[in-house]
Amino acid sequence: MAQHLVPPKIYFAVFTALIVLTATTTAISFLDLGPWNTVVALGIAFVKATLVALFFMHVKYSPPLTRIVVAGGLFWLAILIALTLSDFMTRGWVPILR
Amino acid sequence: MADARAPAASAAPATHAGPRELQHQFDTVEQQRGASTLGMWVFLVTEILFFGGLFLAYTVYRSEYARAFAEASRHLDITLGTFNTAVLIVSSLTMALAVFSAATGRRRALLVFLIATMVLGGVFLGVKAVEYGHKFHDHLVPGPHFRFPGPYARQAEIFYSLYFAMTGLHAAHMVIGIGILTVLVLQARKGRYGPAYYTPVEVSGLYWHFVDIVWIFLFPLLYLIGRHIH
Amino acid sequence: MMIGAKDLAFPRLNLLSWYIYMVGATFTLWAVVHGGVDTGWTFYTPYSTASSNTHVIATAVGIFITGFSSILTGLNFIVTIHTMRAPGLTWFRLPLFVWSHYATSLIFVLATPVIAVTLLMVAVERLFHLGIFDPRLGGDPILFQHLFWFYSHPAVYIMVLPAMGVVSELVTTFSRKNIFGYKFVAFASIGIAVLGFLVWGHHMFVSGQSVYAGMIFSLLSFLVAIPSAVKVFNWTATMYKGSISYRTPMLYAFGFIGLFTIGGLTGLFLATLGVDVHVHDTYFIVAHFHYIMVGGAIMGYLGGIHYWWPKISGKLYPEGWARFAALVVFLGFNLTFFPQFILGYLGMPRRYHAYPPEFQVLNVMSTAGASILGVGYLIPMIYLVWSMRYGKAAPANPWGSTGLEWDTPSPPPTENFAVTPVVTGEPYHYSPGEVEIVG
Repeated sequence: MAQHLVPPKIYFAVFTALIVLTATTTAISFLDLGPWNTVVALGIAFVKATLVALFFMHVKYSPPLTRIVVAGGLFWLAILIALTLSDFMTRGWVPILR
Repeated sequence: MADARAPAASAAPATHAGPRELQHQFDTVEQQRGASTLGMWVFLVTEILFFGGLFLAYTVYRSEYARAFAEASRHLDITLGTFNTAVLIVSSLTMALAVFSAATGRRRALLVFLIATMVLGGVFLGVKAVEYGHKFHDHLVPGPHFRFPGPYARQAEIFYSLYFAMTGLHAAHMVIGIGILTVLVLQARKGRYGPAYYTPVEVSGLYWHFVDIVWIFLFPLLYLIGRHIH
Repeated sequence: MMIGAKDLAFPRLNLLSWYIYMVGATFTLWAVVHGGVDTGWTFYTPYSTASSNTHVIATAVGIFITGFSSILTGLNFIVTIHTMRAPGLTWFRLPLFVWSHYATSLIFVLATPVIAVTLLMVAVERLFHLGIFDPRLGGDPILFQHLFWFYSHPAVYIMVLPAMGVVSELVTTFSRKNIFGYKFVAFASIGIAVLGFLVWGHHMFVSGQSVYAGMIFSLLSFLVAIPSAVKVFNWTATMYKGSISYRTPMLYAFGFIGLFTIGGLTGLFLATLGVDVHVHDTYFIVAHFHYIMVGGAIMGYLGGIHYWWPKISGKLYPEGWARFAALVVFLGFNLTFFPQFILGYLGMPRRYHAYPPEFQVLNVMSTAGASILGVGYLIPMIYLVWSMRYGKAAPANPWGSTGLEWDTPSPPPTENFAVTPVVTGEPYHYSPGEVEIVG
């Protein structure tokens, strides 16, 4: 809630990082890393999103409640995905007796 | 929704002490600002879950139809996709600078950056329109005219259903964002925002950055999954 | 009022939420009146997306619109409770009614967007003949069910949590006693909200979902009963050695505690995989959720409306008629729904319009009960309206209750409090010698 003024040069630094990461993720996608392609692509996406959140959205300078709210939202999405996948990924694991 | 956080031009009782922008239910401007930003963050959480349903569908089908999704993804234009990602990142920069300008009383700069953000948003949507046009031309729009070579036609159609649903929903949010920016520009021209009060700009910035973040995830998931297959 | 604020954080959003509700509800009712949906409220695919020729999209749109009303109100309550409490009102001095509404608001905000996007997907699939949920086109109908129930299970906690909050207020006021285990009840509300998100698969035990997932959801469903039980124990302990007055709101609170317990216990039966396979889609389920929804939530609602009626309207309702109506509701309710437990266990399916003759007696009993219950609902509607014109004027605090809302006149002025109250004591301070609220 404080009047945090982030100096523009931090914005420009973050911007540069984001552009570099974008170019990187596109370039890497052409290399065959097997299952790691997805991991790397999502990892880079997470880093980019974190940079936008922390600096452009001022989460770094925000009260703890903001962080709890963001974390809560992401955690809840994780619940939706994880428990649903617990169905899809275990189909056929437990045999149905006939 | 924006009007709950816009300056109170409505009938505030004349006896109420405090600056004009302080709404009657709040005791201090700080409290109002804190409440407004918390309100926007809570709204963004609802948006995480809203897009999240589609991300779930994508996750389920990507894991079941990995090969088909990779093949289908290759028909998306990676150049335009990367370009659009960069466009949105620039627009986030201009938005952040707009908030900074408002906070430091630079009215001119505020207007410039708000308009720049809007223009960049428009560019993004224009590119998306071009892409959609290509898909229509290539018979990749799901429905009765969908045609996909090879054995994975049905699963590819699911990929494209999700592609259009997710990017379409994202584009709708961009349009709303541009609408909000329009309102901000009109208010900024009247000098409504300055170091004492710039909450609507700050809060709209949060929304805009969020829409950017959604695209940051959409881009690799939709465009980059099949590129390494030769 | 309960937190000493002049208004909600976003009063115009509050009004917008109401308007959206009216629009969405009207839209949905229009769809229902024009023939409705034969998919049922659950919209199961692929019937809803590919085959049904009823008003699926209209109904889905109506619910989509109404969902925004929920989201905006949930947002408003969360921000208000975080940022606008009166000075000295710490979290653990909040009335439990506020805790339960905070928990409800969390659910609003986290669950409703998922049903919104799901209905959007149903509408789009239906319009453009997509196959996201259609097995003939490579989709999976169970994915729809996961998305649907992710909202629809927490939705039932949306319905019952506020009623539980009411019961906390009623039990303390009418036992003239501090709540037993305040923190446990407060945390139980949050616990219900959180755990309620982890159990949705218990609606899908026989759907084709993996048995392994079924086991996980079964275990989690057992866990969610725990915070509810904690509340029931604490309310009971609150009444122990209290000075109980049998006013109408308290009668409804008693009804809630007893009937919710029955409903909740039968929920445990249903969480048991084997039992659920037998009674799924039978009247047992109908009885279970009506014990919670009517025996629980509606009784809470009726208790609350009687409790706060003097505050809202400035008038007193006629106590004699009110007690009579409460009794009629209680008897009518049990006659309606208890036979349904038996019917379901004996195998009568739900959503059928006809049944074999051996089920007739129980069905007739249930119908008779429903008529009595209807009368029980009608009576308060009549005397509450009557009281607005002819009722005795109500004082600021007719029940001798603690709580900030009783410090204002009945009905309260626009800004609620002439002077913002400062809270220095605990809630529910009914014992003599406790710190008082300074206003």
